[in-house]
Amino acid sequence: MNQSMDQTWIILGATSSMARAFARRVAADGATVLLAGRDMEDLRKTAGDLVARGGQAEALAFDARKPDSFAPILARAEQEAGQINAAVFVGSMPDQAVIDADPTLIDGVVTDSFTGPAHLLQMLAPVIEARGCGDIVGVGSVAGDRGRVGNYVYGAAKAGFATYLSGLRNRLTRAGGHVVTVKPGFVDTAMTWGIEGMFLVASPDQVAGEILNAVTKGKNVVYTPFFWRYIMLIIRMIPEPVFKKMSI
Amino acid sequence: MRWNTIDYTGWGRVLGVSGPVARPERLSTLKATLADRPAPAIGNRRSYGDACLNGEGAVIDMTRMDRIISFDRDTGVVEVEAGITIADLARLFAPQGWLPAVMPGTGFATVGGCIAHDVHGKNHHNAGSFGQHVLSMTLLHGDKRTVATPTKNKTLFRATMGGLGQTGVIASATLQMKPCVGDVMMVTERRAEDWDEFLSLLDGSSATYTVGWIDAAATGDKLGRGILEEAELAAGLVPAPKPSKKIPLDAPGFVLSAPVVKLFNSRYYRRVPAAGRSTVKPIDDFFFPLDKIHDWNRLYGKRGFHQFQAVVPLNAAPALRDMLDLIAGSQLASPLAVLKRMGPGRAGHMSFPMEGYTLAVDFPARPAALELIEMLDGMAADAGGRVYLAKDALADGASVKAMYPEHADWARTVNKADPDHHMETDMTRRLGLRSAT
Repeated sequence: MNQSMDQTWIILGATSSMARAFARRVAADGATVLLAGRDMEDLRKTAGDLVARGGQAEALAFDARKPDSFAPILARAEQEAGQINAAVFVGSMPDQAVIDADPTLIDGVVTDSFTGPAHLLQMLAPVIEARGCGDIVGVGSVAGDRGRVGNYVYGAAKAGFATYLSGLRNRLTRAGGHVVTVKPGFVDTAMTWGIEGMFLVASPDQVAGEILNAVTKGKNVVYTPFFWRYIMLIIRMIPEPVFKKMSI
Repeated sequence: MRWNTIDYTGWGRVLGVSGPVARPERLSTLKATLADRPAPAIGNRRSYGDACLNGEGAVIDMTRMDRIISFDRDTGVVEVEAGITIADLARLFAPQGWLPAVMPGTGFATVGGCIAHDVHGKNHHNAGSFGQHVLSMTLLHGDKRTVATPTKNKTLFRATMGGLGQTGVIASATLQMKPCVGDVMMVTERRAEDWDEFLSLLDGSSATYTVGWIDAAATGDKLGRGILEEAELAAGLVPAPKPSKKIPLDAPGFVLSAPVVKLFNSRYYRRVPAAGRSTVKPIDDFFFPLDKIHDWNRLYGKRGFHQFQAVVPLNAAPALRDMLDLIAGSQLASPLAVLKRMGPGRAGHMSFPMEGYTLAVDFPARPAALELIEMLDGMAADAGGRVYLAKDALADGASVKAMYPEHADWARTVNKADPDHHMETDMTRRLGLRSAT
């Protein structure tokens, strides 16, 4: 316990249940938690929850589509001594049918799920390099492993984000930092609630625990729950002439 | 807001429905959900019958709204979202010197559920019911938000304590916790050889927490024998908790057949030496003994089970003995049977407690058990007692209304708060509770 006393976690997209569960865990370990997102009322509640549980937390405004919101978050984090970490839980997944009807929505999905958070991480990277330490957790999705008819715009954005994280890992490793790419399968969150065809669903807390474990062990790319690695291995191995006719 | 059509049941698993369920994670979503389609709230569905079911409409699952909004270390006042569980509160605050003033027999109960049933605990005789420690709560109905306290909107407050969720969705509540010297329990267990001895042990007990296990299979001279547990909070070394177990499948029927239950009960009774014994237990083990076995309701098999729980006034103890006699003679009861003495404390019109003795017995769902429970309901009514709606699946409306003398006041208040009957559940429809007559 309290091994993270000198650590600060910036949590982007902190209103999601996965982020909330992750925040509870790092706060219990003694880290200072900066909860960033759009719904300030909700973030302040989560901050209050972490404080009542004995942690340190505060709420900050973050909107992936408003780059002006990024600098104040970094400035706040830099006030803290020690190691600065970031966990990215943001992303948006409108129904593919809605995007098909209004192609301009693609820009928003890509900004929310990839370029917005990447922009902020790009600003954080020099801080990690300067301090010689720092962990980044980027939550992608198994949807990014192969484009499917059901959500290929979201999948494409997450694939882009995964490639970005891979490059960032390559960069920060030289300076003592580390990047973990997380690919959750189906998680029981508000995003998946009521969507047909969910199976082997994991709880947000279970996933949060596995993410933290991956950070501690310095893993590079993790699937949670672990068996999704094999499910996706099989899905990636399906030859394209066959895959293009499937609906999975 | 997305509605997910799922199958869900009460804890007894006899009654179940399929219907739309929303599960908001934040207040803004909860408000949007209620604007879209007003519906009653449910928690972890630990009520046994149909109090948490709405087969003719939708429900809102509150379990993801489980945050602590504020906590004052000096006064022990905590404000929480309604979906937080009692076990979470105990686990978080006992090490800081505070404990929920009333804790029901399962830690999985949410604060919203504890209010909706005005639950009681093993300290009811001195601490009263859960609702008596609620300082304030926020109700949402449609786009209306109402704060009620024992002094402000006090009729609405009373109608909400034990009010089966009918006044609106309980979004948050402020609770007064009680000081707690440590996080272990000193537990003393004593045998009671028969009914009369059991009652005199209960009457003579001065312990803060008491609960009696009763052997509902013992007949004749042994009728009413059991074990009285008395406990106090204490400071000390916490024994390492054992990992929880799971019931991997629905158990076959013979597991709870009469000979097996009889054998189990005798051994369970003799586990405590004739001279009694004292032990130290972690808080959870004493308050939530069954929570360690996840999904223990599966022990009753696919058909599920009913729990009968009634309270009768002190002077009607002989009637309760007759009820136990009938139960023991039927050989239908499971080993889970509890006898307690209650105090007068209650917070709402429809609160269960009254000063007297309460008996709770589980029965695997069989036709003979249904008949027996109906008889027991009638005997409780005749004795001036009442059945507990958190457990009920079988009672009839007229008799329930007669058992709850403030029912008409409650119905009037509720019908004003929810004029379009959006908050009705299978239970309120079955019992016709929303009609004052």
